[in-house]
Amino acid sequence: MSTPLLELRDLSVRFRTRDGIVHAVSDLSYTLRRGETLGVVGESGSGKSVTSLAIMGLLNRNFADVTGEILFEGTDLLKLSPDQLRKIRGRDISMIFQDPFACLHPMYRVGWQIAEAVRAHEGVSKAAALKRAVELLDAVGIPNAKIRARDFPHQFSGGMRQRAMIAMALVHNPDVLIADEPTTALDVTVQAQILELIDRVKKDFDIGVVLITHDLGVISETASHVMVMYAGRAMEYGPAREIFNAAQHPYTWGLLESMPTVERRLDALVPIEGSPPSLLRPPSGCPFHPRCRYRFEPCDKTLPPLVSIPDGHPDACLLSPERKREIWRERIAAEIGLAS
Amino acid sequence: MTTPKAGAGHEAALVEVEHLTKHFSVKQGVFARGHGLVHAVEDVSLTVKKGETLGIVGESGCGKTTTARLIARLIEPTAGTIRFDGDDITHWSRRQLRPLRQQMQMIFQDPYSSLNPRKSVGQIIAEPLAIHHTEKDRKQRVQELLDRVGLSPEHYNRYPHEFSGGQRQRIGVARALALQPKLIVCDEPVSALDVSVQAQILNLLKDLQKDFALTYVFISHDLSVIRQIADRIAVMYLGRVVEIGESESLYEHPRHPYTAALLSAVPRRTTDGSVSARSRIVLTGDVPSPVDPPSACVFHPRCPRFHPGHCDVELPLLHQFERDHEAACHYPVERWPMTQEELRHAAADVEPAAQR
Amino acid sequence: MGFRGAARRPGDIVRPAEMIFYIAGRLAWTIAVILTVLFVTFLVFFKLPNGSPALRFCGRSPTDQCIQLTTQRLHLDKPFYVEFGYFAKNFFLGDENGWPGLGYSYGNYVSVRSEVLQRAPRTLWLIAGASTIWLVFGVSIGVLSAVKRRTLVDRLAMGFALFGISAPVFWLGLMALYVVWKILGLTGGSGYVPLSDGIGNWLSHLILPWSVLALLYMAIYARLTRNNLLETLGEDYIRTARAKGLPERTVILKHGLRASLTPIVTIFGLDIALLVGGAIITESVFNIQGLGWLAFNGAITQDLPTVLGVVVCTATAVAVMNLVVDIVYAFLDPRVRYA
Repeated sequence: MSTPLLELRDLSVRFRTRDGIVHAVSDLSYTLRRGETLGVVGESGSGKSVTSLAIMGLLNRNFADVTGEILFEGTDLLKLSPDQLRKIRGRDISMIFQDPFACLHPMYRVGWQIAEAVRAHEGVSKAAALKRAVELLDAVGIPNAKIRARDFPHQFSGGMRQRAMIAMALVHNPDVLIADEPTTALDVTVQAQILELIDRVKKDFDIGVVLITHDLGVISETASHVMVMYAGRAMEYGPAREIFNAAQHPYTWGLLESMPTVERRLDALVPIEGSPPSLLRPPSGCPFHPRCRYRFEPCDKTLPPLVSIPDGHPDACLLSPERKREIWRERIAAEIGLAS
Repeated sequence: MTTPKAGAGHEAALVEVEHLTKHFSVKQGVFARGHGLVHAVEDVSLTVKKGETLGIVGESGCGKTTTARLIARLIEPTAGTIRFDGDDITHWSRRQLRPLRQQMQMIFQDPYSSLNPRKSVGQIIAEPLAIHHTEKDRKQRVQELLDRVGLSPEHYNRYPHEFSGGQRQRIGVARALALQPKLIVCDEPVSALDVSVQAQILNLLKDLQKDFALTYVFISHDLSVIRQIADRIAVMYLGRVVEIGESESLYEHPRHPYTAALLSAVPRRTTDGSVSARSRIVLTGDVPSPVDPPSACVFHPRCPRFHPGHCDVELPLLHQFERDHEAACHYPVERWPMTQEELRHAAADVEPAAQR
Repeated sequence: MGFRGAARRPGDIVRPAEMIFYIAGRLAWTIAVILTVLFVTFLVFFKLPNGSPALRFCGRSPTDQCIQLTTQRLHLDKPFYVEFGYFAKNFFLGDENGWPGLGYSYGNYVSVRSEVLQRAPRTLWLIAGASTIWLVFGVSIGVLSAVKRRTLVDRLAMGFALFGISAPVFWLGLMALYVVWKILGLTGGSGYVPLSDGIGNWLSHLILPWSVLALLYMAIYARLTRNNLLETLGEDYIRTARAKGLPERTVILKHGLRASLTPIVTIFGLDIALLVGGAIITESVFNIQGLGWLAFNGAITQDLPTVLGVVVCTATAVAVMNLVVDIVYAFLDPRVRYA
């Protein structure tokens, strides 16, 4: 077992706002190794994006309290000075975001922006940096890279912009790539291309990828490990195969059941009733209990710890392992029954 | 010469659209005097039967939103005809269209910008009633509607910003229902919502359709969502309909290579947890700009089974495959599923589809 | 995808031919605008109740003969559109004083053109200096304020801005003169000293009017820059810049400020143009007899040709600056070039 590239231990992020303290992330822990793709799944308000911003040091320390540990190759990033953190950002850990159109500066040429990324951490000449930028644009599949590098972002299509963002993230051969909803704003046929590109990059550069999304389909096709987040906490965490073969948490069951699938038409989707909770005043006990069909006596009093079950993976639910397996079997049967 | 519309029961058609075309002109450049023409919708013909849901699916720039607006007569077409419940409304004036609005409503994608933030929920839903002077006791009707869409009647006095995205979308639905319309055009109504909430709204729409005998035109880029709600589907690409027909028929065996690629590209949950086991059909390049569409078959630059000299010269027309399934392709997909390699190679053996 | 090798890339600088066409079109439009402005000025002038200029021209004891001659010479007995016709003809073809023909002042029968040409440099120097000061300081203060949002620095800066906007220029000017010149003796007094008299002297007489004129605009630009920059700093591409590991200074200036500049450029152009003939108070307080002062005096003595002369200058300045701003805009924001 190789040493982890990235390890989070009990990470918590609290925002100080006018209305009170927002518990964006609470007690989050995970591990990422080379060659792995960790899929972080969650809906809005789950804290999945905030976690990544915390890793990158992009949170405004005036408003955000970050506690816990973020270990990158052994070093705790939270203990570094802003300057030290800046040296790691974009060089050892890179991030790409959701909307590639808004993420590139509209007034500078694409090639120039990538070259700028090169020169942020290496003292090379402008010409050398631009050359490297063109190489990378070519490597990510932009045709006629040399000429297209002179274009402005609005002249690139959505898919190409995201490729350019990926090129920009890879400039210094980072060890970790964080992709925050990289395909959500893209067309489906382009989505496939980008996911394939990210996968190829992971293999070619031998890096670890954190892929944040709300789309379980994307996760199931690209992730080796999955963490399901809700209200800033981890609900379930384990190898992708296990999560999809034998999910253990009611929220995950709910997600799997409520997602429309392209495989077949169902008589009705089974939604999760209610809405995600307020992070200002999170529910007592388990954050999911108000919406949970299987809640019982202790659920509103005790916060379930993230604990592994025998022959399974860690989850944060108070139901017994036997009961979880039983419900899973019932649901599979019901799902087959629902298909018309 | 028009191809006979698949599954046509003209007597049961609520909306009939023929050879619908819409071009927009754009100015190019500050100094240049050039004018570009956006071919937003090009020669689109389709019907929507009473009580059914027609899904229009496609990626950005395919013209699905423009088509929706044309059907709802929010804009006027450049060419072609639009018929609603037997009337030719293509060139009706705003005054003539007014009473029509009662029968044709729209739900929009963004629940955050489609509701007037300065009006209370009650006012928003009551507004169509006020304009069309239909109900005396509006408040009661509004509260009925609120209840019907799953909100509490007490929400009458609240303002949009106090609600979540899913709840706002319910308000939008209530507003659309207020006048008891025959047709509701839904423009990506669940795309901006969280997954768990999407299911709630889709279920709501389905229930309402049963209860009120509604007809839907449902626009989306999401094939999974469309499969759950549409009875028939039109697949659009660069302003044209490339495939249209009964939903299950399309999903089980798409005939147009674009539909095949689209289906193939949708990430799906594999219950055996295998990662990337599926072989996908991945198209190269991006969707071209509708300002300068390719010649003849608009899909030919990206098509895995492109035949030079044919596909870029002769425009393929919609050809009927089954009772309710048409596609416009010279070399349609002969079996499904297929891998990318198979798709590319089979092209050489296939007899060009006979055009009617 | 629309890319065809050697074809003109849409984001490139445009071809000279297109540029010339465009400028020619704008020029024609400018002339039309100037003519309209002049016509309206004529209209206003003639519809206002006024004493007879001929009377005033003929001095203290006007003779009937003098009045009659003057009236004839200045076409004062004809309807205004005829006067305008004469004026326009002279304007475009030039009169005995040169081109454009602006006629003679009603007040002292001096060539308007020569007056304008003599006064113009003063105003232009005034504007040049003041605008440089207010742009540099205003934007810098705005940036500082935005970066140090809600701290003491920010509040002080915005407080100063409030002062600068509220304090009346004449009061500021007089106070400045009194304190800095009379009491401290640091600068030259009022009046304009031409450059030929030595740079030191010229500067010392201009430094106060520059500062006073700049103060008001500095305040406005500081606020404008602050607000624009704050909004820009919330954009996604700023987050990307930080994610690249760029130093914060680069993020703020190269990425943030650059994107916030466009509205500032637009306003800057217009502000400069309007000061041509518009800096009346400053010019009066400091006795810089520039175009603003000239126009003001012309207006109170109902000296139509003089007023028209300055109006022409201002209108031209506005039209030219509009064109310049548009061109600069296209350079700054590549999206504008491609429609």
